[in-house]
Amino acid sequence: MSRIEISAMSRMQTLARNPAVIALTLALALAGCANKKNLPNSAGELGLGGAGAATPGSSQDFTVNVGDRIFFDTDSTSIRADAQQTLDRQAQWLQRYPNYAITVEGHADERGTREYNLALGARRAAATKEYLASRGVPANRMKTISFGKERPVAVCDDISCWSQNRRAVTVLGGAGM
Amino acid sequence: MMKRSFIRLVLALAGMAMMFAAPAQARVEININKGNVEPLPIAVTDFLSNNELGPQISQVIAADLQRSGLFAPINKSAFIEKISDPNRSPRFEDWKVINAQALVTGRITREGDGRLRAEFRLWDTFAGQQMTGQQFFTQPENWRRVAHIIADAIYKQITGENGYFDTRVVFVSESGPKNARQRQLAIMDQDGFNVRMLTNSKDIVLTPRFSPSRQEITYMSFEGNQPRVYLLQLETGQREVVGNFPGMTFSPRFSPDGQKVIMSLQQEGNSNIYTMDLRSRTTTRLTSTQAIDTSPSYAPDGARIAFESDRGGRPQIYVMNSDGSGQTRVSFGDGSYSTPVWSPRGDLIAFTKQSGGKFSIGVMKPDGSGERILTSGFHNEGPTWAPNGRVLMFFRQNAGAGGPQLYSIDLTGYNEQQVKTPSYASDPAWSPLLE
Repeated sequence: MSRIEISAMSRMQTLARNPAVIALTLALALAGCANKKNLPNSAGELGLGGAGAATPGSSQDFTVNVGDRIFFDTDSTSIRADAQQTLDRQAQWLQRYPNYAITVEGHADERGTREYNLALGARRAAATKEYLASRGVPANRMKTISFGKERPVAVCDDISCWSQNRRAVTVLGGAGM
Repeated sequence: MMKRSFIRLVLALAGMAMMFAAPAQARVEININKGNVEPLPIAVTDFLSNNELGPQISQVIAADLQRSGLFAPINKSAFIEKISDPNRSPRFEDWKVINAQALVTGRITREGDGRLRAEFRLWDTFAGQQMTGQQFFTQPENWRRVAHIIADAIYKQITGENGYFDTRVVFVSESGPKNARQRQLAIMDQDGFNVRMLTNSKDIVLTPRFSPSRQEITYMSFEGNQPRVYLLQLETGQREVVGNFPGMTFSPRFSPDGQKVIMSLQQEGNSNIYTMDLRSRTTTRLTSTQAIDTSPSYAPDGARIAFESDRGGRPQIYVMNSDGSGQTRVSFGDGSYSTPVWSPRGDLIAFTKQSGGKFSIGVMKPDGSGERILTSGFHNEGPTWAPNGRVLMFFRQNAGAGGPQLYSIDLTGYNEQQVKTPSYASDPAWSPLLE
């Protein structure tokens, strides 16, 4: 009678069931939370007040009067003409208020795979950063981060939403800070 | 934490008297290479026991076999013979008359030390012979696992292929609205039972993948707003960052020997493929393009790597040697191809295809020939192979307000089934099957 021990497999199950393991995992996760701020939403997602009310130089001023985001065509990382105007205004504003460090967040719409869209969002953020640098914003003030397709702002199943989600958002003191 | 109780699952071939008659070649068999297989009628009787465990184990076995699409368990109300001694030959006539080509009998008893003893026998009713008989010892809380192991033994005996029921799946459990989605890593049995969360934080976590030993998971987390690849030890809950790269690392997978993690590193607008040796911590760059190279997946022999690149414009599948040489495009169909995953058998690469506004799951040979689409719709993504290379799991997002859910489908394109999870789910990764 042959006996085959397959304890390695059952060990995994044992440990994964062990409450102490779960507790430790939880503790690590909570510690991670305590050490940092939660990711702020982009200013544009926060529901802004009247445009005229923004204090010059405030983040509200930047979002409302300058425009904190640009949009991209499907699968494209080219800075469109309308986006160039927005970025030109951003560059001017950022040079007038040099104390802000910024993070450029790159995003993709949901019509792509997860991994590719992470890279695509990074490419959009990099293109945006590069454009701002070419307009005089020092590169060392800028960080980039990609959220791929994981942070849509518009939720529906057609182009009207996807075109809003293909974006790069310039966040003052933002996510990567 | 240091002390851990061992649960031993001891497999013993129950040879003994009944085996004398067992033929070398069983008559009951299924050729699973054929397309739409007619499922084999099988009677899975309630295992004898002095509690509900016997019938419960039989139910799990029958459900596994049924979901494979290769077996059609017969309704118990049709059974004529009531099995009272699983060690005696059944009345084959009683089973033939209800067209049960195979019959499963068994018994669950409690050992003196508290362990369960699970015995089963698989009978070929038309040949009037036992095909196999085995027994297992385990702790009572492992009863579902014993049922899966028995289902694997039945599957293997009748199909000649390894089963995949005693396996697990890691995935991303998703909850909340689309624009404020929460994500956690979770693990479950392949049939959707025993779901447990592995992480509990607001950070985005993506693309978990098993190590070959099933003891570790590599995944991507946005912890600290630094999107990077991590390693999670299932045994201890210990986590660590994989490597110290100057940019976002993502899309990780283990090498077949478990010694390396292969992943993408993003720097500025480009993403290239790197490996990190987990022992020496040496990193090696494998691709070097002004493009997006991602989703690397090793062939089971470790000699080659499939990956996705948009160096030619749209994302396509490429194959290279494990040292990065010989990078060759293999996908040439309409549309774009992503997330290549090499079959554990080595014979096929599964992928996500985007074409004509639809997202499909398909397979092709490693040279790109023989493409077959298995399922197509609004959004299907991210295939993962069952360890026997016969079934794929993936996630599907339907148009509308809901979230992604997991599905499985046979390599033949038949037998598509939802794998139910407590909340939305994506990025499934199937565990290996330990021999």
